[in-house]
Amino acid sequence: MAHTTTVVIGAGHAGLAASHFLSERAIDHVVLERGEVANSWRRERWDSLRLLTPNWQSRLPGHRYEGPDPDGYMTMGEVVEFIDRFAALSDAPVRTGTAVTSVRRTDDGYHVTTDDGSLTCRTVVIASGACNQPAVPGMREAVPAAVEQVTPLTYRGPDQLPDGGVLVVGASASGVQLAAELRRSGRPVILSTGEHVRLPRTYRGRDVLWWMDASGVWDQRYDEVPDLPRARQLASPQLVGAPERATLDLNALTAMGVELVGRAATVRDGEMLFSGGLGNVISLADLKMDRLLNTFDEWAAGTDADVKPPERFEPTRVPESKRLRLDLRGGEIRTIVWATGYRPDYTWLDVPVVDGKGRLSHDGGIVDSPGLYALGLPVLRRRKSTFIHGIEDDAREVVDHLARYLATLSSGPDRIGST
Amino acid sequence: MTTIDGIDNGVNVQALLDAREALKAAPEAAQFTWRSTTRWENGVHSTTTVKDFAGLGAEQSHKASSTFTADHPEVFAAEDHGITPIEYLLVGLGSCLTAGVASVAQNRGIQLRSVEARIEGAHDIRGILGADSDVRNGYNGIKVTFNIDADASKEDIEALVAQSQKRSAVFDALTNPTDVTVEVA
Repeated sequence: MAHTTTVVIGAGHAGLAASHFLSERAIDHVVLERGEVANSWRRERWDSLRLLTPNWQSRLPGHRYEGPDPDGYMTMGEVVEFIDRFAALSDAPVRTGTAVTSVRRTDDGYHVTTDDGSLTCRTVVIASGACNQPAVPGMREAVPAAVEQVTPLTYRGPDQLPDGGVLVVGASASGVQLAAELRRSGRPVILSTGEHVRLPRTYRGRDVLWWMDASGVWDQRYDEVPDLPRARQLASPQLVGAPERATLDLNALTAMGVELVGRAATVRDGEMLFSGGLGNVISLADLKMDRLLNTFDEWAAGTDADVKPPERFEPTRVPESKRLRLDLRGGEIRTIVWATGYRPDYTWLDVPVVDGKGRLSHDGGIVDSPGLYALGLPVLRRRKSTFIHGIEDDAREVVDHLARYLATLSSGPDRIGST
Repeated sequence: MTTIDGIDNGVNVQALLDAREALKAAPEAAQFTWRSTTRWENGVHSTTTVKDFAGLGAEQSHKASSTFTADHPEVFAAEDHGITPIEYLLVGLGSCLTAGVASVAQNRGIQLRSVEARIEGAHDIRGILGADSDVRNGYNGIKVTFNIDADASKEDIEALVAQSQKRSAVFDALTNPTDVTVEVA
């Protein structure tokens, strides 16, 4: 049976960054990829999507955006090109079209089975992504059959949906972007929102993600975050990477004619019921945004950063009359878009390191099984972990640990020197 | 009593934080059952007693039994021995949110001097009278207004009130649907 020191699962930016640092340390490895390099960016994103981060932030180890539009946002085609180029530059040993079907622990490492043979290894880096499956609430089962149901993983564009009203459930980046796009297509749109993260696109003349980067918020380590489980479950911020750098918060959606309702609670007798707590989730998001802006202002006061004066944004307008129920049988709603988040798929992982909620048990990417590692999960080692530029520090540190682990193994054909 | 920098709102936050940690590992102990028993007196007058509950894997009791009288006002052609059942919802909401404000304030190191929640529930009684089938039986809306005197900025006080709603059992029970089963024994 084939043997290698390290198997990396997934050839997205995370797996390729791991490969970069493994190569740097001359650790023998292979990157197994079910599809092509950057597969999810190619096949599981809607057509109009662009990165949330500005181009100048697109950087991977030894590779960065050098095009003419540093403040713009990459289209999915550009992201694929960027990651493809990184794979080529780092000469990553990628085996495409190879889906991992099982990873099992052995006496001295792991046994990895794929749909194209199996191999053994000392260590495994799981970089298969955080967004493999849509997390859709069970109430979907009770939605009348006449209503079409899609998720952001299968949605491509408005033309794919029937004419008529759309209910978008969830107001993270995906939810607000799809609500806006579908509203622009002329459809009546209702947006159901629970807790959400409001951000302006630009603040004091700079991209808000410039602030996250420059002020050090994004560099906050996972072991310094006060409530880590919560931080890891936080919805993505209400942002869109649009060339005009417009803010896409709930006020912007309301101005476009999108109707806001509370968190979807249940579907009963063909009606969807919404929480009456919309006002509070709006207050929470406004208060949290202001606290973050205060953090930025405090940081800026101690620097000579080239920024405009502080600004504050209009409170989110809570609709006068809030709908608490929506008839799904009457034809008003033809489509429901479940923008209710994503979850990773570990059904192939036959190592007991997944908790009851389907989450990997790990400490900063060091999984609770010797020689098993993870990359590319929310707040893995830092707040910036899931952003493209956030992978470099995480991958370096995780591969450092992996190399130290290999060095501690007292025997074996691929024993490596101390790091 | 827990105090943070001498702050004391009378809430033992440490006990609550400890319980949160302990119950993460023991979800079965977190399953509580609250109980009440209502006996009809006469007319629309009833008496409800509350004493026992279950939780932490055992039967539990309040220190004393509490008795609540419910009736309807004279404008409802009743004898008004006590408040109306729907007013009890306001009692529950106000006391729950206020407890939340005190707890969150303690946890955040904010000294409270006074907290008052005024609550108004808008109720169109044509629903319960069956006068208009388009009118619901319950509240059309509830408005809570807090007056809080504390050593904190307006923003911090708003955050207290927001967090209190976020963690309120009664706020959740009123704003989200709950499955209710009624049987005849």
